[in-house]
Amino acid sequence: MSTVSLAQFHQVFFEESLEGLDAMEAALLALDQGGDAELVHLIFRAAHSIKGGAATFGFPDMAAFTHEAESLLDELRDGRRATDGAIVELLLRTVDCLRGMFDRAQTGQPLANAQSDELRQQLAATVGRSVVAPAGKTIDKSTAQSGWVIQFQPHPGMLAGGNDPLRLLRELAELGQLTVEAQLDRLPALDALDPSECHLGWRIELIGAATREAIVAVFEWVEGECDLSIEPLAQVATAQPSNIVEAVAAPAVQNVAAKAVAGSNDAGSVRVGIDKIDGLIDLVGELVITQAMLDQFREEFDPSRIALLQHGLAQLARHTRTLQESVMGIRMLPIGSVFNRFPRLVRDLTQKLGKLVKLEMIGEHTELDKTVLEKIGDPLVHLVRNAIDHGLEMPEKRRAAGKNETGTLRLEAFHRGGSIVVEIVDDGAGLNRDAIVAKALQKGLIQSADGLSDETVNELIFQPGFSTAATTTDLSGRGVGMDVVRRNVTDLGGSVAIKSRPGAGTTFTITLPLTLAIIDGLSAAVGEECYIVPLVSIVESVQLRADAVRSVVGGGELFRFRDEYLPIVRLHEQFGCPGAKQQIEDGLVIVVEADTGRVGLFIDGLIGQQQAVVKSLEANYRRVEGISGATILADGSVALIIDVAGLVRMQSRRKAA
Amino acid sequence: MSQSFSDGTAATQYLTVNLADEEYGIDILAVREIRGWTPVTRIPQAPGYVLGVLNLRGAIVPVLDLRLRFGLTREEYSGTTVTVIITVASRLFGIVVDAVSDVLDVEQNHVRPVPDMGTAVDTEYLKGLTSIGERMVLLLDADKLLQPQDAQMLDAALNAVDDVKAVA
Repeated sequence: MSTVSLAQFHQVFFEESLEGLDAMEAALLALDQGGDAELVHLIFRAAHSIKGGAATFGFPDMAAFTHEAESLLDELRDGRRATDGAIVELLLRTVDCLRGMFDRAQTGQPLANAQSDELRQQLAATVGRSVVAPAGKTIDKSTAQSGWVIQFQPHPGMLAGGNDPLRLLRELAELGQLTVEAQLDRLPALDALDPSECHLGWRIELIGAATREAIVAVFEWVEGECDLSIEPLAQVATAQPSNIVEAVAAPAVQNVAAKAVAGSNDAGSVRVGIDKIDGLIDLVGELVITQAMLDQFREEFDPSRIALLQHGLAQLARHTRTLQESVMGIRMLPIGSVFNRFPRLVRDLTQKLGKLVKLEMIGEHTELDKTVLEKIGDPLVHLVRNAIDHGLEMPEKRRAAGKNETGTLRLEAFHRGGSIVVEIVDDGAGLNRDAIVAKALQKGLIQSADGLSDETVNELIFQPGFSTAATTTDLSGRGVGMDVVRRNVTDLGGSVAIKSRPGAGTTFTITLPLTLAIIDGLSAAVGEECYIVPLVSIVESVQLRADAVRSVVGGGELFRFRDEYLPIVRLHEQFGCPGAKQQIEDGLVIVVEADTGRVGLFIDGLIGQQQAVVKSLEANYRRVEGISGATILADGSVALIIDVAGLVRMQSRRKAA
Repeated sequence: MSQSFSDGTAATQYLTVNLADEEYGIDILAVREIRGWTPVTRIPQAPGYVLGVLNLRGAIVPVLDLRLRFGLTREEYSGTTVTVIITVASRLFGIVVDAVSDVLDVEQNHVRPVPDMGTAVDTEYLKGLTSIGERMVLLLDADKLLQPQDAQMLDAALNAVDDVKAVA
């Protein structure tokens, strides 16, 4: 027999374990909030899988370490120990330590280090015995019993999992003297008997000095596939078979958590639901049928069948569109995978700062493009940190202000139009105008605060190097913050807005495109050239009379749109397009909106609406200001996509110059 | 690359192209494909020698005119005008030349350094020259044509402008 290298399974083990750790962390945090026993089971199972995997794949240090954690969890699970903050804290540190171990395992470094050894000692001490002490000295009160009564009722499907009750009984026999009594009450009539199912149950009396752990260990692999009760011999009379593992509920929770986390850990792969794949296969099938139908026309084309051809083409168009949507859907992942990290972050921060914060997360199932999702994490972390560090006040201060001592931080994601909106709302003190102004004056960002609206002042925090925190903490306030947040979001084609009311809190609103890969756009003609304007940024298009445009000092042009005056950006001037219309009344002005403001974009005219597959200019060339990318038109030529925010920036710079 | 042939006898193949009555050689390993000249989409704020971008099977590829790059004037785009697509450091770009002519084997020890001759061509884009019979072939340094420092300098300048604006 050839030997199978286990190394090829390592990556899968790592991925699954890291997901398990995320699920453990989430469950621990929920437990801290007063969760139920289900969560303990979930945590135990995750730890148990990691222990088993680590032992199988040759990571004994990790297995030994996890074993200690598992022992502690076992006590929690059996109700021998109450869950308290200290235990949760210890287990959270265990999760962190295991993550570190996985990091080291992936790079081939030794797994155990001083930190993990110390934590292992601590775990072992908490469990009530030291690592070196023999297993027999456990504090388990029931150890002294001279025997056990085990009710073992396998679920009908247990055999399908490759578990043989006979083997379990043999293993039990090694622990002591067995008296086994088969229970036939579930045995169906012969004609209804399915031999692949397990119908027998056993009542086993074990006489000997075996510990409960030793017995549980025997049944380790059939956990969830059987009803098992282990009672000391003396208490047999009242023994009721209890289902010790909620076989259905716990894995379901774990799967949800694991699924949600899938996107955040692996860089190069997406885990796709089978239903999505099946949908794609169906669609491709439809496409093949349509193609076959259209193929007939290649052989012989009879004008009488033109209706059929048109029908086929329409079908092709419909399938292509659906296929496109489905394929894009594969890249969509729930934002929950990003939100998942916040309960832990909030917990750690609040403990450190002594604040009381309730975290609410709404809309975790809102789906976002994977690329967007990967890049939105850091800005969100930053905003959440800021909200807790600077926004929410200390409990005393909140009480003094007549507010609930516990601050609320809400993360909410939802769809609005063609975009995803993520809001970070706190009910803290709000932005401190005076502090911002003072800081801005000190940094020379503004000359004077007179006449500046609150919005303008709030915008100042997005300037590079801006931080109003009186003291620099290690959490935030390093001065590389909000400008990076804004730049990251802008790079994704999104925008950040800020709303704040003194004493009532601050709301950051991040608007993100659903996907980066395909946008809806209007193609605009400028001279001989064609540019794509993203539909999301278009407010309206208007045709102006020449007398509607006011020239202002310095060569700028303004026009009145509703009740505001907007500057006109002549695209042909910005981009130097030859042969473009010069007179305002000959062309069209489209009002476009970016987070930095609205402008009127003067173009020759609109050609039509189309979906544009966004291609990078930077891949082979470089960033071009005012251009966010390129796309390929139906005729195979290239059209450039306008970066509205960049264009507005260019315009305001020209104005400033 | 040719540098690895240090024994001086191994040959490197060059694609030769015509440009303003001179013959230039491009390391054939850098050449991805040769296409007939087609109009490209102009890019704003690009240096004059960057004609624009074209669609190469879904990739957006910048195209520069070698005549303009070398400070010559562009005459008509004729039937022989071609775009040579070149890969340098996994980036693709096209160069427009008057015509392609030949593939040459050039032995390393036949490559001479470029004398400072004050030609119309800036010698920094050349890595040497060689002669095949009566013909002189100038060997192009493809890496230097689409100078990355151009892009970096421009980015730096743009950032500087941003910063100035932030302070203003």
